[in-house]
Amino acid sequence: MNTPSSAGDAGKQVLGPDDVRRAITRMAHEIIERNRGTAGVALVGIQTGGVWVVEALAAEIARIDDAADPVQIGSVDASLYRDDIGLRPVSPGSVSDLTFTVDGITVVLVDDVLYTGRTVRAAIDAIGDYGRPKAVQLAAIVDRGHRELPIRPDFVGKNLPTSADEIVSVTADGVTIS
Amino acid sequence: MTRSLLSIAELGDVGLRRLLELSDHMAEVNRRPNPKVPALRGKTVCNVFFEDSTRTRLSFETAAKRLSADTMNFAVSQSSLSKGESLRDTIETIAAMGVDAFVIRHKSSGAPWQLGEWTNASVINAGDGWHAHPTQALLDMYTVRTALNRTVTSSAGGFDGLRVAMVGDIKHSRVARSTTEAFKLLGADITWVSPRTLLPPEHDEHVATNLDDVIDDIDVLYLLRMQNERMNEALVPSLREYTTRFGLTPTRAGRLGQDVLVMHPGPMNRGVEMAVDPGELSGNVINQQVTNGINVRMAVLFDLLGSGSEHSLAGSSE
Repeated sequence: MNTPSSAGDAGKQVLGPDDVRRAITRMAHEIIERNRGTAGVALVGIQTGGVWVVEALAAEIARIDDAADPVQIGSVDASLYRDDIGLRPVSPGSVSDLTFTVDGITVVLVDDVLYTGRTVRAAIDAIGDYGRPKAVQLAAIVDRGHRELPIRPDFVGKNLPTSADEIVSVTADGVTIS
Repeated sequence: MTRSLLSIAELGDVGLRRLLELSDHMAEVNRRPNPKVPALRGKTVCNVFFEDSTRTRLSFETAAKRLSADTMNFAVSQSSLSKGESLRDTIETIAAMGVDAFVIRHKSSGAPWQLGEWTNASVINAGDGWHAHPTQALLDMYTVRTALNRTVTSSAGGFDGLRVAMVGDIKHSRVARSTTEAFKLLGADITWVSPRTLLPPEHDEHVATNLDDVIDDIDVLYLLRMQNERMNEALVPSLREYTTRFGLTPTRAGRLGQDVLVMHPGPMNRGVEMAVDPGELSGNVINQQVTNGINVRMAVLFDLLGSGSEHSLAGSSE
């Protein structure tokens, strides 16, 4: 999750809206294929950047596999599990919304950008406080590298080499680097 | 950077709204089967209560534990204070053990500010004299916001048009002072309903001297505890007369609208200010106030102990 660039910002667009849409479609197919359907699968967006991606993925899954039950969706706020508490200003996103039990299901954690992996680590810990999933998988539209923890995604829209001082912004309208 | 929560006035509109929003996160934690998060691991919170308190002390202790902070409780009667050690020496001794926050209640107004001069730890005012009780005000605002489903976020909304009657001993009540400040910051209209002897000497609030004058036109009825000591000081003729003019009697309860919230900071004097069974009032949110106390105190602790400066994490990121 990164600060979205404002209009008129001289960001360089690296993916357009069609590219993002196709990436989401492909990831939806991969999630269905990998899990042999979506029974017992829940998509959980990491607040706040992953929330819209979850909605887009769920809509796509419903379109592809209309015989299946609607996939369960939710969101998780990882701010109370971060490893940099006390080191930066408190800025929680929206409140976690997990209305189903995670015991025994496959949770697909979803974020817009995968970077150091620290947010994902915090989100995995947060999920663990709701129960014991059968498995946790990870999906991100953009993997920009620079991992600081042994975490890798299961589903990626686009691998995007970046330098650490760049800001990557992902919306349905495209991906920009500034 | 040490920050403290000493009064609603010092917290201000922006801080008040930020804490209400943060309390939503804590309420979500408290709804879980295992209501505990690792946010404040390694932090130590010390409760220093120079006045009796059950709910506030337990509420702070629970809040700290649900954030995984360690807690220390300092019981004044069993301390070296009773051997003649000064308050300052006592506080400095505890601080030397490594305390990140003091939660203090004291009979003297201003004691938390004084304590803040002696320590680098955060200080949270859990009630000082007649002066302030900011976390009570926070839990009251959070309770009204939740019960009436009002939008109050860090950037928008408020209690505009909300009519609040606060009834009882305003003059000697730190709850009245802090909660009134908070209601006004959020835009509510507040009326103090009190005998003239129990009003502060200078104020600019609306005043009524009989609960019957306002009871038909309010959204929130906030009853304060009538303290027996006030009888001895001859500020009120008798508890019975107090109840006649200011108590929530069965007759008045019948006049209360279905949606009117009934609040009380506790402890409650049944038969005096509360002359009905509060459980039978449709708008009774007194227990929610207690539950929400944990939510807002978690928010306060996390806000004070969980935040750092903008630049302390150079180079790292999401």
